[in-house]
Amino acid sequence: MKALRTHALRIPSRFQKWGLALVLAFLSASLQAQPAVEMADQFRADGKIRVVVGVIVIIFVGLLVYIIRLDRKVKRMEEDNAPS
Amino acid sequence: MNISWWKLGTAVLIVYALVAGLMGTVPRLVVLNETIRNLYYHVGMWFSMLALWTGSLVFSIKYLSKPDLISDLKASKAASIGFYMGILGLLTGMLWAQFTWGRFWTNDPKLNGTAISLLAYLAYFVLRGSMEDPMTRARISAVYNIFAFVLMIVFIQVLPRLTDSLHPGNGGNPAFGEYDLDRQMRWVFYPAMIAWIGMGYWIWDIRCRIEKLKMAHSF
Repeated sequence: MKALRTHALRIPSRFQKWGLALVLAFLSASLQAQPAVEMADQFRADGKIRVVVGVIVIIFVGLLVYIIRLDRKVKRMEEDNAPS
Repeated sequence: MNISWWKLGTAVLIVYALVAGLMGTVPRLVVLNETIRNLYYHVGMWFSMLALWTGSLVFSIKYLSKPDLISDLKASKAASIGFYMGILGLLTGMLWAQFTWGRFWTNDPKLNGTAISLLAYLAYFVLRGSMEDPMTRARISAVYNIFAFVLMIVFIQVLPRLTDSLHPGNGGNPAFGEYDLDRQMRWVFYPAMIAWIGMGYWIWDIRCRIEKLKMAHSF
C-alpha cells in the first residue's frame, strides 16, 4: 500500500522535467504558429474593400438625399395647408 | 438647409457607421470572423424597433390619459415602422445565423420570442383594422398596445436571459459589453445605434406628417 502511494507520487527525474518543459515549449510554439482566425485580410490588402465601401456610401447618401427631399416636400405641403 | 439638426446628425452618423463599420479593426474571433461587423447593422434594427415601440407605448398612454386622435396616429405609425424594422432585424439575423450557427432558424429563445412579439404587434394592426369608429379603435388599440409592449419585453428581454440562448448577453452567454465588444468597436457601435434609432424616428416623423395632412384634407 505504502509502496503504491510512493509510486503514484513519484518525483520526476531531472531528465523528465526538462523533457516535459521541452514538449510544452514546442506545443505552445506550434499553437502560436497555427494560422490565426481567418479574416478578409487579402481583400483589404488589395484595397478592394474601399470600392465596396464607396458603393455602399453612394447608395446610402442617395437614399438620404431622397429622404431629405421627401421631408422638405412634406414641409412645403404643410405650409400650403396651414391656415393663413 | 431647413432640416432638423437631429435628422442631419442621423445622416452623418449613418455614413460614419457604414464607413467605420467596414473599415475599422475588429477582434479576430473564430466562427464569427468578419461577420462581427453585422453587430453595427443587425443589432441597430432591434434598437430602432425598440425605440419606435417605446415611442408607440408613450403615445398610447398619452392617448389614454388625454384622448386625442393625433396621439393615436403617432402610436399606430410608430408600431408599424417598428414592425418593419423588426422584420429587417429578423431577416438580417437569419442570414447571419445561416453562416455562423449553420441554420437560418434555430430554436433559440430569442428568435422564437421575437417571432411571438412580431405576431403580437401584427395582432395590433388586425385589431385596429377591425374597428370602424376612430375613438373606439384608438382606445382599445391603446390598451392592447400596452399589453403587446409588456409581452415583447418579456419575450425578448426577460425570457431569453433565463434559459440557454445563442445570443450574447443571454442564458449565461456573456454580453458584448463584457469583452467581445472591445474599445474600438464601441466607437462605431454606439453612434451606429443612435443613427438607426434616428432613421426610424425620421421615417416615423414623415409618415405622421403625411397622415396629418390627409386628415386635414378629409375634413
